[in-house]
Amino acid sequence: MSEIYKEKIIDAYKNPKNFGRLEDADIIIKDVNPGCGDEFEMYIKMSNKKLKDIRFSGKGCVISTASASFLTEFVKNKKISEIEGLEKEDVIKLLGIELNPVRVKCALLPLMIIKAGIKKYKTMKNVRE
Amino acid sequence: MIILNIKKIREDFPILKRKIKGKPLIYLDNAATTQKPIQVINAIKEYYEKYNANIHRAIHTLGEEATEKYEEAREKIRRFINAKSTKEIIFVRNATEAINLVMYSWALNNLKRNDEIISTIMEHHSNIVPWQFLRDRIGIKLNFLDIDDQGFLRLDHLNKIISKKTKLIAITHASNVLGTINPIKEIVRIAHENGSLVLVDGAQSVPHMKVDVKELDCDFLVFSGHKMLGPMGIGVLYCKEEILESIQPFLYGGDMIKCVSLEKSEWNDLPLRFEAGTSNVEGAIGLGAAIDYLNKIGLENVREHDANLTKYALEKLSNISDVEIYGPKNANKKTGLIAFNFNNVHPHDVSHILDDEGIEIRSGHHCAMPLHKRLGIESSARISFYIYNTKEEIDKFIEALKNIKKILKI
Repeated sequence: MSEIYKEKIIDAYKNPKNFGRLEDADIIIKDVNPGCGDEFEMYIKMSNKKLKDIRFSGKGCVISTASASFLTEFVKNKKISEIEGLEKEDVIKLLGIELNPVRVKCALLPLMIIKAGIKKYKTMKNVRE
Repeated sequence: MIILNIKKIREDFPILKRKIKGKPLIYLDNAATTQKPIQVINAIKEYYEKYNANIHRAIHTLGEEATEKYEEAREKIRRFINAKSTKEIIFVRNATEAINLVMYSWALNNLKRNDEIISTIMEHHSNIVPWQFLRDRIGIKLNFLDIDDQGFLRLDHLNKIISKKTKLIAITHASNVLGTINPIKEIVRIAHENGSLVLVDGAQSVPHMKVDVKELDCDFLVFSGHKMLGPMGIGVLYCKEEILESIQPFLYGGDMIKCVSLEKSEWNDLPLRFEAGTSNVEGAIGLGAAIDYLNKIGLENVREHDANLTKYALEKLSNISDVEIYGPKNANKKTGLIAFNFNNVHPHDVSHILDDEGIEIRSGHHCAMPLHKRLGIESSARISFYIYNTKEEIDKFIEALKNIKKILKI
């Protein structure tokens, strides 16, 4: 049986955290995985250069959904600079599984969207480092 | 009816001996690319070991032999699709490049603002994106024929949207998702009565059934070698000679010229005028060997084997609850592939879990995003067959598919 379909991954897929929308989001941003057409939309609420709250909607595979669940939980109350510094390895660590290059793209989709959202927020607010 | 000796055929494919994660390989992704028989591998090996040289120019023995084999491959392809002359057979990289050649050399120079091209909702991106480029470049209009609930083309729409402005119908012979085989002969008749040309994407038909360009009377036919036992990087554009004679070259440079001075150049004769630069000689020779192999088996037997497996798999799949199948359910009206979704499980996960059993299937949008949107889905899983697949492999696939529920606890 596959190494990647561990209990905690499947649980996160079936009951993802932070699934839904945020009415008072500062940023709403979506992106797509060109490999499969999966699309997530992220709702981000910022406060004092921190990510205050986050929700996501959309439909993805086990890996991308679990990744969105873990990652949205992880970035809450994190500083902009911390979120900007997140890398592939951090996501894989959160998931706790090994992934081949194609599935890594699934896992990284939520991070890419969150980072793009932060970038959009900074441009909007003209935030300085 | 000849029953194929599958056991003997399988022995010709070295890759079928390999194991995936400790399990025997079950390769069900033939619509993406097929595996290669030893005869094709040896033909390429022999080329490099015995007569590698650049073609068409060299006076020496090696050059002469390489040229002869390259042109011999062209003749094999001509016979395979029953073209009138080898002047009508252009070697390209793949079907996508062939469509781009037609777009740049013919359409860009012959179509004008407000002219129209009709395509279909079931096209591979390769038969949509080049025409969108043309639309944005010169202001043509694109129309797309729809499908019905069973995945057949709405041919009745064609008569409604075709007009004197329609210059081209660009259509796939067989859908790479639905498997639907389109009535090309009928479409060509309607198009020609209207004064429109027809480009047929044969990527999914030429490997699997007898395609006769004289019978179809299509103006362009494109296909890729790697989907029919041949190597990657070699494909074919068939184009009627009178059209090729009247259009501009696609790529410019060596080999496509007769004479060059600093002031001007004179183009070479057909078909070399459309093959600038050093050709993919190993690709052409490999494709020639692939065609020999297919001829030996017989295209009608390939088609029958595909249809038998498809019928069997359709029956087995329809016995599993929560499987949604896209496209016609009649194996005789489609090519040897089945796209499906299972129990709301993401196709990537289906594919990943099957891979753990050594079963290689496709998942995603299969380069047909508009069709998936039309079907109301983001993506699908797809199995596709060829001459070396067996019913036992389908049984193992079905078993592994049922097991997904257990793994994902649904």
